[in-house]
Amino acid sequence: MLAALARATGGRLRSSAAALGTRTFHLTGSTAAAEAAEAQCAATQADADFDLTEDQRQFKQVAATFAREELAPFSAEWDAKHHFPVETIKRAADLGFGGLYVGEDMGGAGLTRLDAAIVFESLSWGCVPTAAFLSIHNMVASVVDRYGTARQRSMYLPALTSAEHLASYCLTEPGSGSDAVALKMTAKREAGGGGYVLNGAKAFISGGGVSDVYLVMARTGQAGPKGISAFLVEKGTPGLSFGKPELKLGWNAQPTTAVVFDDVRVGDDSRVGQEGEGFKIAMQALDGGRINIGACSIGGAQFCLDSAREYTRSRQAFGSPVSHFQATQFRIADMATTVQASRLMVRHAAAALDARSPTATIECAMAKRFATDSCYNVTNEALQLLGGYGYLQEYPIERYMRDLRVHSILEGTNEVMRIIINRELDRLDPK
Amino acid sequence: MVAVKRVLDYTARVRVKSDKTGVDLTNVKMSMNPFCEIAVEEAIRVREAKGTDEVVAVSIGPRQAADTLRTALAMGADRALHVHTDAEVQPLAVAKLLAAVARQEQPQLVLLGKQAIDDDSNQTGQMLAGLLGWPQATFASRLELDAAAGTALVTREVDGGLETLRVTLPAVVTSDLRLNEPRYATLPNIMKAKKKLLAATSPEELGVDVAPRLQTLSVEEPAKRKGGVMVASAAELVDKLRNEAKVI
Repeated sequence: MLAALARATGGRLRSSAAALGTRTFHLTGSTAAAEAAEAQCAATQADADFDLTEDQRQFKQVAATFAREELAPFSAEWDAKHHFPVETIKRAADLGFGGLYVGEDMGGAGLTRLDAAIVFESLSWGCVPTAAFLSIHNMVASVVDRYGTARQRSMYLPALTSAEHLASYCLTEPGSGSDAVALKMTAKREAGGGGYVLNGAKAFISGGGVSDVYLVMARTGQAGPKGISAFLVEKGTPGLSFGKPELKLGWNAQPTTAVVFDDVRVGDDSRVGQEGEGFKIAMQALDGGRINIGACSIGGAQFCLDSAREYTRSRQAFGSPVSHFQATQFRIADMATTVQASRLMVRHAAAALDARSPTATIECAMAKRFATDSCYNVTNEALQLLGGYGYLQEYPIERYMRDLRVHSILEGTNEVMRIIINRELDRLDPK
Repeated sequence: MVAVKRVLDYTARVRVKSDKTGVDLTNVKMSMNPFCEIAVEEAIRVREAKGTDEVVAVSIGPRQAADTLRTALAMGADRALHVHTDAEVQPLAVAKLLAAVARQEQPQLVLLGKQAIDDDSNQTGQMLAGLLGWPQATFASRLELDAAAGTALVTREVDGGLETLRVTLPAVVTSDLRLNEPRYATLPNIMKAKKKLLAATSPEELGVDVAPRLQTLSVEEPAKRKGGVMVASAAELVDKLRNEAKVI
């Protein structure tokens, strides 16, 4: 409806004005995103397209168009109203974004991690939390694809890849985030008969309450990583309940809730992988998730960079456009350099993951750590460049800054990334 | 058969070359002309409604025109033909080339965008119909094919409102904005498109002379907006419109 109109009118009617070379610049609310969108397209040509294949260029084009037409015009409203755009996510899935690296036999797109990184970077340019949720959804779908039995794959994947069902990833608990191994939730074998009884609570679950399928890590055995197993639990299972949506600084287009398990009974066929394999599965899933979160940071930072460049060109002070001052130029140059460095790290890490390189884990951790921190700083710089207007909600920069702030915390805090980097350094190159 | 053109992306910032010979296209984002996208979408819908078996996308231009054809294939065209030339092709030349291709392909329907957003010529479809001696229905906002009867009902958006024509096939139809909303290429279709046939030919092979008949004298940016003037009365407004702006 709205999206169709935006695509038909916003896109088409604007074409003649753009072609004539006449443009009006006004950054207000959702038109800000749309106007910056026009600026963005010229800018993206300049980024490292030389290393993308023809297919990747096309994937990027589809994702960028979708972001520009279906995400950017609505992102501010979704943030303000705390609206979770499920319909838009389903439309994204129609294009293949619901199961990017799930096999084609199950409705997935069968792409590589590098392809996915390129896609998420383009999508998050339009709306960071929506792109990030798609990343989480894809992460769960890929776990089912890789570790699921034939029955689990055929039972869950078609609905996941089409986003008819949404998926959430449940590892963190109120008492354990970074120290994930210390999770307390239990999955006890049912006496006689098969199946498990799950008891415990998960915290900060993206999509909580709305998602249909929850990938849950619970303790089936002894303390430590080898005692953890992974389960798929469906919404509506008796004993499964959700906390109220948390009020957050950002990521408001995504509900975040606690997920509570009170004697939740699931069958043996709900367990993914072997008993005791859960932690390994969880960590392997996060490698890819980290690349995508890094990619989402880059997309958001790129949007802010583009917006800041547009704004400083038109804002006058002391007799010139602000973009003529060296201080501005140096800042912009540093921001662009940072975004490019992040991009190259994330893409290289994605390629390493695709190649199952022994350096994949350290690269993913480094890329996540670097891209999330640096790109958040880029949004902060962009906000400063917009001056007073940067602080207003009417202009999109502050929303991107709020959205990107959490990327340094989830999918493994950047402190945990440093632990991983150190551990991997010692493993790969013992001294 | 659907003809597509690779043009400046509608969101790209347009800069005129300093020697006024044309628009600066270096490093500028290019895409399929929006009206051509609508034409491709309509062609695919005709095939989906069983009005035809096959959609062939055609484009004329340098090496990069193949990118536009791949987009058409990713949207759902069955195969593509690239008329490869680095020369400047003006609407008459394009019409002649498309006529040559149409004589080879013998389609029931040729769909084109009503105009390209770079030159806004709005001539190619009309000239193509003339060269082939086929009926034409331009600025289509609705197309209904009756393959069995060999006719099509086309609603056209004209200045006075909507006009409906019945044309016998084969015919040339050009698309207007409200004909449809083009689908996105999906990721799986982008990959499937790689397996579809993308053939190449040239004006020489088709036996067409593409020498330009029009010479561009100068390309300039529109005049910068001057400040407005406040008028004190309606009489003053009329006076200025008549004597200064000379529009009444």
